[in-house]
Amino acid sequence: MTYRKAKEKIYKWIFTILAFASLFFLVGIVIVLFKEGTPIFKEVGFLKFILGRHWYPTSNPPDFGIMPLMLGSLWVTLGASMVCVPLGVGSALYLNEIAGFKQRQLLKPVIELLASIPSVVYGFFGLTVVTPFIQKLFGLPTGMTALNASLILGIMATPTVCSISEDALSYVPRSFREASFAVGANRWQTLTQVVIPAAGSGISTGIILGMSRAIGETMTVLMIAGGAAVIPHTFLEPVRPMTAAIAAEMGEAPMGGSHYHALFAIALILFLITFVFNIIAEIISRKFRIKLGLSG
Amino acid sequence: MDNKVKMQAKKVDFFYGKNQALKNINLDVYLNRVTAMIGPSGCGKSTFIRLFNRMNELVPHTSLRGRISLDGQDINDPSVDAVDIRRRIGMVFQKPNPFPKSIFENISYGLKVNGIKDKAFIEQKVEDSLKKAVIWDEVKDRLGDSALRLSGGQQQRLCIARCLAVETEVILFDEPCASLDPISTAKIEELILELKKDYSIVIVTHNMQQAARVSDYTGFFLLGELIEFGKTQDIFTAPKDKKTEAYITGRFG
Ligand SMILES: Nc1ncnc2c1ncn2[C@@H]1O[C@H](COP(=O)(O)OP(=O)(O)OP(=O)(O)O)[C@@H](O)[C@H]1O
Ligand SMILES: [Mg+2]
Repeated sequence: MTYRKAKEKIYKWIFTILAFASLFFLVGIVIVLFKEGTPIFKEVGFLKFILGRHWYPTSNPPDFGIMPLMLGSLWVTLGASMVCVPLGVGSALYLNEIAGFKQRQLLKPVIELLASIPSVVYGFFGLTVVTPFIQKLFGLPTGMTALNASLILGIMATPTVCSISEDALSYVPRSFREASFAVGANRWQTLTQVVIPAAGSGISTGIILGMSRAIGETMTVLMIAGGAAVIPHTFLEPVRPMTAAIAAEMGEAPMGGSHYHALFAIALILFLITFVFNIIAEIISRKFRIKLGLSG
Repeated sequence: MDNKVKMQAKKVDFFYGKNQALKNINLDVYLNRVTAMIGPSGCGKSTFIRLFNRMNELVPHTSLRGRISLDGQDINDPSVDAVDIRRRIGMVFQKPNPFPKSIFENISYGLKVNGIKDKAFIEQKVEDSLKKAVIWDEVKDRLGDSALRLSGGQQQRLCIARCLAVETEVILFDEPCASLDPISTAKIEELILELKKDYSIVIVTHNMQQAARVSDYTGFFLLGELIEFGKTQDIFTAPKDKKTEAYITGRFG
């Protein structure tokens, strides 16, 4: 009896430790980001850092303004959402409303497979196919622009949006549809006024998580966004998103120097942005579950 | 009083996959009459009633044989739009299924999808329907609240109100009083007798007294078959079939 109790206690401890391990990692990462990132704020000032329009970390004296990098991230993320939202939500609606059982059974895994392709492969595809195409199409000096980064990131984020939206749509109980049809609504009315609103927060969660995937993506943008740390004015200019800047420059930045701290500060800001994205997604999806009566 | 046939089921077989849920059902629903369907759980009452407004076609892997007609017109004819049929035949489901919308919107939805835009008319109609379904007093101060926050019995009455708001010709009630207290039940029964003047009504019920009180005709179902169908009075006082007699006297089921 006491042996069994002791065993139970040990199991409990093991699982508690495992559960808290990820929290531990998260806290550790945040501490490192703060510790290594904040010194740069003392050096150039927080506002100057995030609002500065010039990023010349290696010139003398250096300029540590990350506005071009943040705008680079913003542009490709917005561009990507213009691709992944219609594509992802559209295919989710197709899968749920139009495709038959067999088609859905086949298509959904295929779309989800898109998510498992390594990002370097996407980058390669963008480099060899999309970039030359865009260059020719618009007659540009280089095809490596915010536009093709957006396109590729959009495709990469589509499975996330599609998969979560499709789940949300399939959670809508059949009884809601039946209730709608029973009062004489047609398919379109049922879809737009009952099904989509009922799944709305689930779909928004998918969109936000898709966007947070796009903003955090590194390898692809490093390969195809062009890398120019200049404030972009159109989608046809090269950009250097925050992730690309960190990945490209970390190797050259002397450890403990200002540039090094500046890159950590970028990572910190990026972390905060995706953190906020995820919190919003969490709040919305919790609301969704309550709305559908899935949990109190 | 001569009876006009409003809806008719003729030689109806129905399958869920390979399982036959209904076998050769022949039944008439008369104009301005209440038709009750009784029978033990799982005998196919819901399945049958859901055929009258083509609800079962939303359930995958089902098939139907036979003919169901409304005013002589086959409702499953390829030329007939299910939407038009459902605008003429309302339904209250066995399980309350309010929309995840406000109480008000739950009622107004049916009006809006039927093309009604007049705000004052809609408001009046919402109030009237909620009053008829004996729930107005409980919700009149919180029409903007989510309908999902209502209790089970309140949701059921809300669904009745939702059905009444859309003026149809036939109403299908699938156990409308299943989760109601005796007072609400009595009021709903009163309502049904009142509605009879304007509608043809089909009601599924497990409550024998209720069937006896509100219906003019009764059908007794058993294992997917219609064992007996006739005037309620006859079914309850002089059933022809032994199984019917056993069921209504409570000796099985
Ligand atoms: N969606 C479904 N898929 C497969 N089988 C079903 C489905 N709905 C009902 N059935 C089956 O059809 C038969 C009749 O069910 P139905 O719901 O019509 O019974 P009922 O008479 O309404 O019962 P109750 O009084 O419990 O509501 C049952 O055997 C049931 O298992
Ligand atoms: Mg039933």
